[in-house]
Amino acid sequence: MAYLELKNIYKTYGQGDNVTEVLSNINLTIEEGEFVAIVGFTGSGKTTLVNLINGLLEPTEGEVLFKGEPVAGTSHERGVIFQNYSLLPWLTVGQNVYMAVKEAFPKKSRSELHAIVADYVDMVNLTPAINKRPKELSGGMRQRVAVARALAMKPEMIIMDEPLGALDALTRGNLQDEILNIWGKDKRTALLITNDVDEGIYMADRIIPLRPGPRATLGPEFKIDIERPRDKTALNDNPNFKKTRNAIIEYLMDIGNERKSEVQKEYMLPDVTPKSFVW
Amino acid sequence: MKQSITLGSVTKFIGLAGFLETLKNVFTGKLEKEDFKNFLRKAIVPLASVFLFFSLWHLGAKSLYNKEAEHRINKALEEQGPAEAEKVRACIAAGDISCQPNTLPSPLQVWASYKTLLADHYVISADKKDFKEKTAVLNEKRIANGEKPIVYTGRPSFVDQIFTSLKTVFAGFLLALFIAVPIGIVIGLSKTLRSSVNWMIQIFKPVSPVVWLLLVFMIVKTLTKNSDTDNAFIISFISVGLCSMWATLVNTAMGVSSVDKDYINVAKVLKLGPIQKIFKVILPSSLPLIFTGLRITLSVAWMVLIAIELLAQSPGLGSFVWEEFQNGAVDSNSKIIVAMFVIGLIGFMLDRIMLTIQKMISFNKND
Repeated sequence: MAYLELKNIYKTYGQGDNVTEVLSNINLTIEEGEFVAIVGFTGSGKTTLVNLINGLLEPTEGEVLFKGEPVAGTSHERGVIFQNYSLLPWLTVGQNVYMAVKEAFPKKSRSELHAIVADYVDMVNLTPAINKRPKELSGGMRQRVAVARALAMKPEMIIMDEPLGALDALTRGNLQDEILNIWGKDKRTALLITNDVDEGIYMADRIIPLRPGPRATLGPEFKIDIERPRDKTALNDNPNFKKTRNAIIEYLMDIGNERKSEVQKEYMLPDVTPKSFVW
Repeated sequence: MKQSITLGSVTKFIGLAGFLETLKNVFTGKLEKEDFKNFLRKAIVPLASVFLFFSLWHLGAKSLYNKEAEHRINKALEEQGPAEAEKVRACIAAGDISCQPNTLPSPLQVWASYKTLLADHYVISADKKDFKEKTAVLNEKRIANGEKPIVYTGRPSFVDQIFTSLKTVFAGFLLALFIAVPIGIVIGLSKTLRSSVNWMIQIFKPVSPVVWLLLVFMIVKTLTKNSDTDNAFIISFISVGLCSMWATLVNTAMGVSSVDKDYINVAKVLKLGPIQKIFKVILPSSLPLIFTGLRITLSVAWMVLIAIELLAQSPGLGSFVWEEFQNGAVDSNSKIIVAMFVIGLIGFMLDRIMLTIQKMISFNKND
């Protein structure tokens, strides 16, 4: 039995004439302990896919099975690391993590909870900043808090939605290693959504491209047969790495060109609505 | 050293820091040449504007005074003949109180009235103290016998009126806070509730303070028929609260209903319960907006308070102004202007206090 299974998922937004089909016919299985990366263009519906898996959204058609059970709402078993950190700005680093831990382990005592918080904050090397608020931290530090918060709940599966997208290359590299380290320690299942093919190859066991939306669907998967732990510098000379990388990029480029020639005038506008001050 | 720090923080609090700092630099010779523009903008221009304000006021008052005087003389001339007109002219020129033209007072007259009011306050407080000492023994006896103590019922001084007004405004503000914030949260959370009470908010929000006062009067009058409580105070503070709470209500509801979707997602992913979600996510994130609402509420409360006191005959600055206007004494007009400045300054201080609290609460601060 697959650990996580997406069966014929369709997701549409809007109603009537304004319907946009974001995801179409998505099928995906992830086995326990696997590290899967989904690579796609910006705006191809990656975040929608993630939200379907973590339970924030429901599919219009099809079903998401987690350990054989259909996903209904969010669960502590699936930890989420959001694209934009989503830390609560009025809480300190420690309080942000504590809030999550308290919800995940309601039966533990205060001191036990604080010990867990301290552990995980230390794991992402933020102990000196534990009493600081998110505003005082750099982007990389904030994302590390988000990582600590997600992991401190000891989820069985980690879902990462472009967790490193907003970071500079150096911080990115460091955090990739940290995440891999944590993943390697107790072999959780992980799903990484990214727009960076290199990142996907460096971190994942399998890469699945997401063909861009509307009506996004998953492309053929690429297996990464590179021994772990992977060495970033040595990776560049690895023929296997080159081959896979070229294959994926070629595939994505082809889709891009196809899309360009297909329809000229279709702009994906960002999903923002102005705040209404009149109600 | 310590004093200079407190002085600095005080001037910063009232927004004078830049001005005083520059002025100090001028006098201590620390001002650099490139600071000249800065000096011009921060010290000279404000000073010039103050000077201009007072000169315009003075000139305006003088011309109004002349016009009024002219009118009186002409009236005397028409009604009583040239001899009487000459008498009135001489009387006005001599500065006799009995025939002073009654119009917009000049800045100097207002200053004089300010000093009169202050002196009056000292006299009345001395009086009060005397009264207290005299009745201390008697009052103890009365209390022991289960009777009501005798209280000072003399005329309140201007300063007493200020404190009465402050008391009323705070009572009204607290009422607004306790009504508007909880209701705002509730209707902010529920779209259904929001659309069901929307009409009420939209209709009652623009209602004038005077009408609120009458409404409260109708209700309170009946409710307190058989008791001898201080009706005027109750009526005025409730009206103040009802008039001023709308800003907080609308802001709270808006803050609660427009919480960042990311935070809501966090709450969902962490599986916070509804209570936890409200207190740990929704409320903190809408606090800045709630405080903006409270700040508006306080300034509106102070503004309508004067009008309400004026009508409700409850003691305070509003009734002080009204009584002075009815009084029509020579210095009544200048006393009204003094009250105007006091009202303005206190309103300014209240706003600054709220701003400071708002800054302390806000998690978006940059420093």
